[in-house]
Amino acid sequence: MLLIDCPWCGARDQVEFTYAGDATVRRPDPDAGETGFAEYVYLRDNPRGPHRELWQHTGGCRRFLVVERNTLTHEISGTAPPREGPQ
Amino acid sequence: MARYSILSLARHALTGHRHWPRAWRDPDPKPRYQVIIIGGGGHGLATAYYLAKEHGITDVAVLEKGWIGGGNTGRNTTIIRSNYLLDANARLYEFSLKLWEGLSRDLNYNVMVSQRGMVNLAHSDTQMEAFARRGNAMRLNGIDAELLNREQVREMIPLLDFSAEARFPVYGALLQRRGGTARHDAVAWGFARGADQRGVDIIQNCEVTGIRVEGGHVRGVETTRGAIAADKIGIAVAGNSSHVAALAGLRLPIESHVLQAFVSEPLKPFLHTVVTFGAGHFYVSQSDKGELVMGGDIDMYNSYAQRGNMPMVEHTLSGGLALFPSFSRLRMMRLWGGVMDMSMDGSHIISKTPIEGLYLNGGWCYGGFKATPGSGWVFAYTIAQDRPHQLNEPFTLDRFARGVVFDEKGAGPTPNAH
Repeated sequence: MLLIDCPWCGARDQVEFTYAGDATVRRPDPDAGETGFAEYVYLRDNPRGPHRELWQHTGGCRRFLVVERNTLTHEISGTAPPREGPQ
Repeated sequence: MARYSILSLARHALTGHRHWPRAWRDPDPKPRYQVIIIGGGGHGLATAYYLAKEHGITDVAVLEKGWIGGGNTGRNTTIIRSNYLLDANARLYEFSLKLWEGLSRDLNYNVMVSQRGMVNLAHSDTQMEAFARRGNAMRLNGIDAELLNREQVREMIPLLDFSAEARFPVYGALLQRRGGTARHDAVAWGFARGADQRGVDIIQNCEVTGIRVEGGHVRGVETTRGAIAADKIGIAVAGNSSHVAALAGLRLPIESHVLQAFVSEPLKPFLHTVVTFGAGHFYVSQSDKGELVMGGDIDMYNSYAQRGNMPMVEHTLSGGLALFPSFSRLRMMRLWGGVMDMSMDGSHIISKTPIEGLYLNGGWCYGGFKATPGSGWVFAYTIAQDRPHQLNEPFTLDRFARGVVFDEKGAGPTPNAH
């Protein structure tokens, strides 16, 4: 069971949250070309270890948050509002 | 290496089965091979087997970081089928199912293929129409498919909830009679024995820690048992595809997610088909020992942990109870998690890569087990010929950038939704 610390609501059970994927993906510049956009849409680092990811507190405040979680151990080392976490 | 037969069984019975020879060797790695396969699961071992058998390439090593078949080959729900809608998928899985049908004889190893039938339940008129469409697509590809009505389903699976209170009333089903199950461990062991007999070195406890690339061409690997050179390298590591490809500097259209499965206490035989419940995402079959083998959705977040969490256990089993209320007092004996290489379109990648001599077999999502023989066969062809077979030609690594994806479910580039 994951215990996720929502920056606005406090620590809650994972069932209140919906996973929203890799938080490090950034939309490229409009002139990035087909390759840049294809990489943005399809390619992921998919690390075996620390992973910055977006979750949405769908069963609570409905805000998005960034969770830093280890994909090998499931250990959560921190949460933050999307704009305040390490970018 | 001795062939297994009724006579060898009788002979060894006389000495209490104490003198069976080991089924494959345990060699030290040589400094160089013609082909290295990274990953000693079903797909990697099948690739080595068909490289030797179909292409005469026997200077091959299969490198496995743990023990063979200890990854997803031993962590699935053993289902085999080819009931796909899209032509490219249907053709590859049907090719694989045909190999399954002759596999025990081909390998001289009983992989316990049981064509007990694959039942996809429908719970609405719309779903019946979707299944009619899928069944027709299958038939056009030469695959058996039958649309069952509610009474035909009741005859096959009387324990389903046919009451007026059923949360999802059964409308009918799509049946593939040639679908079924196989013994997952035996698949790894049979392919390992067959490959070893033809000269392939199977090297366990040998983790690849680096891939050497010079001038755009692959040269070999660094491992926990030393450096090994090779002309060609095939990657078949399922959930660890991104991790291993990154050793060669490649990023993949894949996320790794954990999928859990469960085995119940043994029961008397009552379920003689594989049943899937798409409306709630639950599937079940009964093993030869009487246990129910069950699975459902992935846990939905990236994971390499080979174990999941309780919310998905509850979700999956509540789906099972909606289908079979009589399971309510059943006790679970085991649960486990496997790491799924979820691709961006829900279909696999069997392809050359931008690096010469490096080949990728991955992105199987949770469809890998049934593909094992077919995947190994076409991957061996791709490595031996340095070009894809027509069965895997559509499943290239660059199809995403070209926009030619195979999205069976129509879910878009969201790996956890396939």
